[in-house]
Order: sequence, then structure tokens, then C-alpha cells
Amino acid sequence: MTREEIDNNGDDMMIDDPNPKIENEFNVHYLRIYYGNLFPYSDIHKWLSYGHDGKHPGCDEYYFGRREFSFTLENDVYLRYKSFKNASAMEDAIKSNFPYKIDIGAVYSVDPDKRHAYAHSGTNLFTPVERELVFDIDITDYDDVRYCCSGADVCAKCWPLMTVAIKVIDTSLRDDFGFKYILWVFSGRRGVHCWVCDAKARRLTNEQRSAVAEYFRVYKGNENNAKKVDLMGHSLHPFLARSYVDFLKNFFEGELQANQSIFSSKEKYEKILGMITDEDIQSDLRGKWENSARSSLSEEATSLLRWEQLKKTLQSKKNKAPSLRTCIEEIVFTFTYPRIDLEVSKQMNHLLKAPFCVHPKTGRVCVPIDPNNCDEFDPLAVPTLSQLIEEINAGGLSMDVDDDSDKSLLGKSIKFFRSSFLEPLLKSCKEEIESSYKTKIGKSKDTFSW
Amino acid sequence: MEVIRSQKRTASNDIVSTPTLPLYLTAPPMEVRLEEFELFAIDRLRVLKGVSDGLARGRNPNEMDDLVDTLWKEHMRLPDVSEMINKDIISHFVLRLVYCRSDELKKWFLSMETALFRHRFRIKKIEEQRAIVGEFGLPYKAVIGAELESLKERLVLVARSLCQTSSDVENIYYKVPFEEVPDLVATRRVLLQKGYAFVAGSQLVSLVVTQFRSHLSKALILTNRKWTTTIREREKDRLTPIVEALSTSYLGPDYTQSSEYADISLKDIDQVSKSSFPLCMRHLFEKLREDHHLKHGGRMQLGLFLKGVGLKLDDALAFWREEFTKKVGSERFDKEYAYAIRHNYGKEGKRTDYTPYACSKIITSAPGAGDHHGCPYRHFSEDNLKAALSRMGLSSRGMEDVMDKVRNRHYQLACTLTFEAVYGTSCDTGINHPNQYFEESQKILKSKTPTAPV
Repeated sequence: MTREEIDNNGDDMMIDDPNPKIENEFNVHYLRIYYGNLFPYSDIHKWLSYGHDGKHPGCDEYYFGRREFSFTLENDVYLRYKSFKNASAMEDAIKSNFPYKIDIGAVYSVDPDKRHAYAHSGTNLFTPVERELVFDIDITDYDDVRYCCSGADVCAKCWPLMTVAIKVIDTSLRDDFGFKYILWVFSGRRGVHCWVCDAKARRLTNEQRSAVAEYFRVYKGNENNAKKVDLMGHSLHPFLARSYVDFLKNFFEGELQANQSIFSSKEKYEKILGMITDEDIQSDLRGKWENSARSSLSEEATSLLRWEQLKKTLQSKKNKAPSLRTCIEEIVFTFTYPRIDLEVSKQMNHLLKAPFCVHPKTGRVCVPIDPNNCDEFDPLAVPTLSQLIEEINAGGLSMDVDDDSDKSLLGKSIKFFRSSFLEPLLKSCKEEIESSYKTKIGKSKDTFSW
Repeated sequence: MEVIRSQKRTASNDIVSTPTLPLYLTAPPMEVRLEEFELFAIDRLRVLKGVSDGLARGRNPNEMDDLVDTLWKEHMRLPDVSEMINKDIISHFVLRLVYCRSDELKKWFLSMETALFRHRFRIKKIEEQRAIVGEFGLPYKAVIGAELESLKERLVLVARSLCQTSSDVENIYYKVPFEEVPDLVATRRVLLQKGYAFVAGSQLVSLVVTQFRSHLSKALILTNRKWTTTIREREKDRLTPIVEALSTSYLGPDYTQSSEYADISLKDIDQVSKSSFPLCMRHLFEKLREDHHLKHGGRMQLGLFLKGVGLKLDDALAFWREEFTKKVGSERFDKEYAYAIRHNYGKEGKRTDYTPYACSKIITSAPGAGDHHGCPYRHFSEDNLKAALSRMGLSSRGMEDVMDKVRNRHYQLACTLTFEAVYGTSCDTGINHPNQYFEESQKILKSKTPTAPV
């Protein structure tokens, strides 16, 4: 690959390398091609305009321009408070910077570009006015309960933790909070992001966001406490009960046990014994399990057997102390319940990575995830930059950013984004703009009728 | 309100027909004597300061109810009920002038007035509470009939999850958008369905307090505007000096500028951490030396504490760099961490000189996986806490006293007892700020060996 060929942004898109395998999946040349041809600028613009496309008199034509974006460039140069008048301004900026990461911030009271003009008055006139309710779930926060990987790695054995997290949170956002326009996105390496885009959600204050995040919070752990989940009370709150019955219990006893065998070694089961507040029960089980250490059963079978023993023991002794009554659920919750990053959700001005970005460490595209089919999502099968480039090479010039057919790697994701998320959202936005406009007109009509 | 010179005022002219718990929605037309202007405000400030102390000491809601009741009777009671109401209203509006003038003052006043309102509301009878809800003009309807039936089973589950027995399960529930009761949502004290929360009659306080807070917050902004544009200048010979004097005496030191007892250098830091740091900071410090890393919450808590203790910016950068480069290398340190340290010292971004966290903030923080910040008395398991206390040199008797406080959730009292055990002296004011612990400790140690480094 020579510099001249890449800098020729014109018709010649073929990469002059017969062997497309390179040592890493991500490099700035591929990134340029991605942003030159594949990134869905107009879909992103339509989404973030929320119906303010200037076609209706009730539209706010400056709405998109008041949204903050940030770019992280090569060499970790970080540019905040970027804003764009329209889709082509955004496209031009991305194509001239080729950022490694694009973050989306809040919609502010004034254009972020002009914020300094408002900084001199006593009160702060540059404030966020709208921002999606967002969640960030990262698998590294589960390192204490997954034994297959740690840190930045993820595999088929631990990814299901993310799947069950999506199910629990998505169900609650819809059934408990009444939200409808929810976008789940793969973070590119080891987690998922959630964007709740209902108008009500976008207008939540920091305090209200914090309340939703705390509602979801169950795990309160770090290495300084042994018991990280404390479910007090005589019964579980209906939200927790539903999550347990519909998702967590079966996941724990099925897939989790199969993948992680959480009782199979002394180190593993000691961690669980530490969650039982009764010393006698602990030693009783410890005794049983130390004795059966040399059994001929497989890891998975051993693990399941011990779980049954633990349940039986706790069931029979549950009246000994109130804290034992919820012990079984606490163990299940510790291993399976979603762990969201609270700080991300609590503040309106928190920036979050944009969908359809490319992760610099893996080269994978941050594609949407369908919450109704999240069991089928495989983070290791997400298209990478090099795969996309190869596809372009193979197909020649027929790659079209509007292609949402099932034939192209990215097409399926774009189609899903448009039909399942964008279209219903925009329909409701337009209805809202229309109805609030009618109300305004109606009001001013009244003042004239005399 | 109109402030007039000293003159006998006939009480009957000012009888206001408000309920016994005013909402301060608008300033009613009244005449106020100049002395009353200042005296009433000072009395109310005493109440607010008492509320602040109570919260900082981790008092539970029932204790706060009693405290507020006591404080109110002590400072605000007058023989005539209508005079008492007048004093209530006048003092509130005067303090609005005093506390609208900066973000920090506003935040404090808003928190304290909201807490005061909350606890005064809680001790009212249910009919009075419902009347106050009506005063706010809140449109919430009670849930009845078929809808109530469909929710009954889950409402019972919610009550049971809060350890309420079935006889406590109530008959009246209000259907309220969840945004109106954030604290009930956050603690899962209500059933949610399709964006609505089902609030029990006994939980009305939450609804009302949210309204109160939101209204007062907006009012303070408007008051500030009026103050800066007209009042301050117009009253510069009469009310302004009083208003300006009222705010400075009551907020306690915030340790943004370190005092004479707190100026440490890098070479002393290890020794000083063992001799004078409170447990929370000692733990963070030890973990930093051990892991050569701390997550964000820990960096903030320890970093700002060190600033308050007198560590200069250059020394701070050298200190953090020394540890972090062992794990992440100096290039990553410069790129990812140095900026944040400079930011804490007010050298970057909007240049706020951040204040070190007080105990109340640390206690309510939420350390998660991999974190070491927070308050050990609250966030550590019993075993870990005992081990940490024995490393600080506590005897088993002393430890039992401390653990007793911890079990009753009096975390700051636990820390105070630890202080008293370590230094062999009593601490009457109680610990409510890690930098206070440090300064008191240094005072004691320096008085014992005036010249040697401690």
C-alpha cells in the first residue's frame, strides 16, 4: 500500500495488497475507507435530529446543531464540544479528522461552539437540556465471577452474562418505566451500551437518571466485603422477583454452571461459602465437599451436585436466621444480575461512544443488538474493518452506504437499525412535534378570539 | 416584605392564613422590623446548622425527626402561633437572600431546607399531610377498583420487601409518574408499571419533598437575579451588610486552603500516613503503594484529601507519577492521569479549586468492583474492618466499642472513637471531615514533640 493510492480519495478503492492479512485489525488506512464509504451518516443524523428535519413548521432547525460530539484522534488527541449544523457538516468533519473514536454528548441550551459567549454571566446559561438515558455494561466488572477470561478478553463462555443483562434491563425499561425507543449497541470489545431515546427519557434530570440507575443496582461489591449482594426484606421487590424467575434462575442453573462450573474447585466454592452468613452451614458444606474432592464426576456435574446440596441445606435451615431466607437468591444474583456503570447513567453531560464506530483495539464495528434475539449475538462474529475492506475489494465499486440488504456484512445491522429502531422512533417524534405545534397554535388562536 | 424601623407592630395585622407548615411559595406582604430581620434569620440558621450536624453524624430518619422537632422548639418557638408562623416565613425568605449568592451557598441551603421540610412534614398527621399535598396543587389520583385489584398482589410484595407485615399494607395508593418520586424509585420502595409509581399514603413525604426542592431551587435562581440587579445596591447601607455577614460564620471550614498544621512534603508522606491519616485515607494510601494504581473514585478521594493536607501540585504530580509509572509507564501517566490531578488543583478546564470530600460525601459514595474509596466503617466487612483497626493499634476492647457503633450505623462516631483510642484523648466535636481528623491528629502529635517530624 503506497501513500499515493490511499490519498487518492477518488475512484480507486482497491487496496494494492494481494494478501489482506495484516498484523492488527485496526489501522488508520482502513479507518479512512470505512468513514469514506460505510459509516451511515444520514441514519445517525436522522436519529439525533429526532424529527427536527425542518420540514414541519414546528421543527427546531437548530436542534441538531446544539448536540455535543467529541472526537478522539490518533495519538490520543481529544476534541470536545464539537457540533455540526447538519449531516453534511458532520460528514465533512469526520472525513477530515478520521477520529479513532466518536462520542455523543448532550443537546445543550446553546451551540457548544458558542458556549464561551455565555460563560461570563453569573448563572450558567450553557447547560444540557436533553440527553438520552444511557447505560454501559462492561464485562470486566464481572471478573470476580467469571473464570474463563479476565480483563479485556471475552469468549462464548462469559458473553452470556451480557445477554442476560440485556434481557433483565430491557424488560424493566419497557414494563416498569414504560420506555419504548431503546437501542442496544455492542461496545466493540467487551460490553454493551443502551440508549433510551423516548422524549421523556431525554428530558430526565440528573437526579431522575440517578434514581433509575439506583433502581437497577443490586451488586455492591469490591474486594473489601465478602457479601456483595444483600437482599433484605421478607420478599423480593417485584422487579427483582420477575428478573429472577424469568431470567436469572434458569441462566444460573443452566448455562452459567455449564460454562463456569462455579463449585468445582476449593477456591471457587470458598467464594460462595463466604456469602452464607452462618458459620455452621459453611463448615457443614465445606466438610461434604472436601471429602468428595476426588470424585469421578465431571467439573460441570460436580458443580451442579454441590449447588443442589447447598440449596437443600439452606432450605432446611432457612428459619434459623432471617438473612438465610434470601441466601439462595443472593448467590444467584451475585453471579448473574446486571452490573451497570452507575456514573455513566447519572449525568446528562456524560459522553458515550457512538453506534457504528469502530473499536480501536479489536477493529470491530459497534453494531446494534436486537434485544429480542440477543441469545444469537456473537461478539466474535461481528464484522471487523479488515473483513469489510475485503468485502469492498471483492465487490468492487458496488458498496453503497444505503445498502441494507442481507448480502453485505454491515447491511443487516443497518437494516435493523432503520426498521426496528429509527422508523418507529421518528414516527413518534413527528407526531409529538405536530401535536405540540397544534397546541401552541391553538393557544395563540384563543388569544385572538375576542 | 417591607423592612421598617423599630416600632411596635400590632400582631393582628399580620395574621397569615397559612397552614402550620408553610410552603414558602410566595413572599407574603408583611412588615418586618430591622432587628427581626437579623435575629429571626440567625435563629433559623441555628436550626439549619443543627440539621446539618445531624445528617453528618449519620442520624437515621426517626432520629432526625426528633432532632428537628427539638431544634425547632428551641429556636423558633414563640408564644403566639401566628407570630411563630411569621417568624418561620420571614426567616426563610431572609435566608434566601443570604444563600442565593453563590452555587455553593445555594446547594447547602437547598439541602438543609429540604431536609428541614421533610422532617417537619413527617411528624404531621396524615390528614395534615394530605392537605399540604393539596396545597402544592398536585394532581395525583388514588388508585381504585379494577386497577387496584390487578396491582394488589405486587403491592403486597413491595411492602413485604420493605419488611412491612401484611397489616401494614395500606389501602390508599396514588398513581404518580415515576419522575416525581426519584428517591422512592432509587430505593425500590414503590411498584413501577409503564412509567408510573404507586405511592402509598405513608410515602407522600417523598412526593412533596421533591416538589418543595424543585420549587425552592428555581426560586433561589430568581432571588439571585433580583439581588444582583437591584436589591444589593439599593440596600447597601441597610440590609446588604447584614446579609453578607450572615453567611460566612456558619458553614465550617472546607479545607480548600490548608492551615498551618497541614503542610506536608513528599519525604514525610509515608510516615504521616501511618501517624495521622484517618482509616479511609490510610487504606487508599496503602492500596496505592501496594497496587501502584487506584481507580477514579479512589484517586479523587485521596487526591483531594492530600491537597487539603497541604501537598502542593508539583509534589502531588511527583507522588502519583512515582506510583503509577510502576504500573502503567510514564507516557500513559502523562497522557491519562496528570491532567486530572492538575484539574483537581484548579489548573485546567473551568478552574474550580475542588474541595476535599467531607465524611458525609464519603459515606454515601458507592464503591464497586475494584474500588477502595468510601468509608471503611460502612463499606468493609466486619472481619476486614477489625483487621484494619488492629493495624491501627486498637486493643480488642477499643475495637468492640467501635464495632458497636458500626453495627448501629454511626460511622462517624466509630471513626471518632478510633481517633480517641489512637491518640488517647477525647474528641468532643466528633469527626466529620478526614482533613479535620488529620489536623487534630497533627495538633496532638506536634504538641507532644514540637520539633520532630510527625
